Amino acid sequence: MQLYLPIAEVSVNLILLLGVGTLVGILSGMFGVGGGFLITPLLFFMGIPPAVAVATGANQIVASSVSGVMAHLKRRTVDLKMGTVLLAGGLVGSAAGVALFNYLKEQGQVDLLVRLAYVVFLGVIGGLMFVESLRALRRSKSGARPKRRSHVWVHGLPFKMRFRASGLYISAIPPLLVGAAVGVLAAIMGVGGGFIMVPAMIYLLGMPTKVVIGTSLFQIIFVTGFTTLLHATTTRTVDIVLALALILGGVVGAQIGAVIGARLRAEQLRILLATLVLAVCFKLALDLFLTPDELYVIARAG
Amino acid sequence: MIRALLSLLFLAVAAAPGARAEESVVLGLSRNAVSISTNFDGSDILVYGAVKREVPIPGDSELDVVITVEGPFVPLTVYRKERRFGIWVNTQAVEVDLAPSFYAIATSGPFRSVMSHVEDLRNRVSIPRAIRSVGAPIEVEDAQVFSEALIRIRSNTGRYQLLEGEVAVREETLFSTSVRLPANLTEGTYRTRIFLTRDGRVVGQIARDIEVRKVGIERWLFNLSQNQPFLYGLLALVLALAAGWVASTVTRLLRS
Repeated sequence: MQLYLPIAEVSVNLILLLGVGTLVGILSGMFGVGGGFLITPLLFFMGIPPAVAVATGANQIVASSVSGVMAHLKRRTVDLKMGTVLLAGGLVGSAAGVALFNYLKEQGQVDLLVRLAYVVFLGVIGGLMFVESLRALRRSKSGARPKRRSHVWVHGLPFKMRFRASGLYISAIPPLLVGAAVGVLAAIMGVGGGFIMVPAMIYLLGMPTKVVIGTSLFQIIFVTGFTTLLHATTTRTVDIVLALALILGGVVGAQIGAVIGARLRAEQLRILLATLVLAVCFKLALDLFLTPDELYVIARAG
Repeated sequence: MIRALLSLLFLAVAAAPGARAEESVVLGLSRNAVSISTNFDGSDILVYGAVKREVPIPGDSELDVVITVEGPFVPLTVYRKERRFGIWVNTQAVEVDLAPSFYAIATSGPFRSVMSHVEDLRNRVSIPRAIRSVGAPIEVEDAQVFSEALIRIRSNTGRYQLLEGEVAVREETLFSTSVRLPANLTEGTYRTRIFLTRDGRVVGQIARDIEVRKVGIERWLFNLSQNQPFLYGLLALVLALAAGWVASTVTRLLRS
């Protein structure tokens, strides 16, 4: 059963596409991540042009973040003020990212940029997560408690703001920068950036863990939404049909994932996720380093 | 009176300029339009026809048939990868003024024996001839390799097809072949050309257009994305928001 994608102008197997959506949904249900960092590379492997994969990935994340944030709003675990500050940075970053994306598209280097960004980020995050969870696993066996690191330099900056829901009184500059960095990533990689933002919020801004996921989801909705609009109006590579197929699979998968996730231990989950991230990173890196079968690439001019 | 008028009309048709050629083509296509719908998975086109002649079949040479189907021509850039700092990067680029997005050529025998080089040049029939002028920047010395790469890549994906000996010719009169259009088609007018040749010389030709169009929702979405990109973006957003909201609501109802 084939599905013709009007913008990508390729025909893909619908079952395979729903399968990818479901798989990523399962992962996001299990690990509480958006899964954008997996969907985009999987779309590359299926032969969808990278520009379409990135722009459509951003669109798909809007849907998965909305369904996630609803639950958090009900539990009041969203710091709206912090989210707005992050968002302000995010919009600037997203615009810069799309501009960079368009520039490199003209230069014929956008494939390289996207792949490189993926290899670097997946490698770093996957590696850190793997080491961290191995250590946590050993710690839980020996029974020692983890030490909480303090964050000093962040408190010395000007433009202080009070964030009541997070119980913080810190400068607005670090959240703005974190937001901007995530915005750039959203535009270039088609990801929500939760995998960068969540650690940054915990370790850099010192936000309490219970509001981190909800706030990051809240911010991601707007940044990926804005990115979708920018891509739709400049690169014109958002494929609605592709996005809907992925969303459909993702919704089903998220339910399955939540059930599986509840049965596994947190450390085991994280090791699994880290292994998966590293595997995708390895496959992408191989394509960059190994001599390709075909040294020539065709691109549409202009 | 009516009979006289009819016979007059018949005479006029018979004397029309086209009909005076010794051998001309009557062409049929299994379809003159291809619709790209949601479940489009490529399409086969049957090209068939007959040779119409006022004189007996010339006995001294064999009749050959060359059929081409060509998709819309677009400008392209071909990049070559080179290893830089350990990774493979697009470095040199050659712009191709116009290359067909699809090109199939079917013949009744080996191409060189059914059409002479001069006729090929004149009518731009073979695949390398169909690709219009490769303008290379000065620093690229081997521009020819780039157009060869273009042909190689597109041949591998079925976008360029050389089907030698695939045209069946019967009694020097009836001919037919079938061309497979792949799933990743570009929209536009696909020109189908038929050449009748004798001793490599073109003795008759005809062309017919096949319209390849996205239809229904595919067409609507594609047009919207090109003509009203902002509206299209908004639509993508609204659909995603709605889908997310429905998903979370359904989940909550299922769990409670």
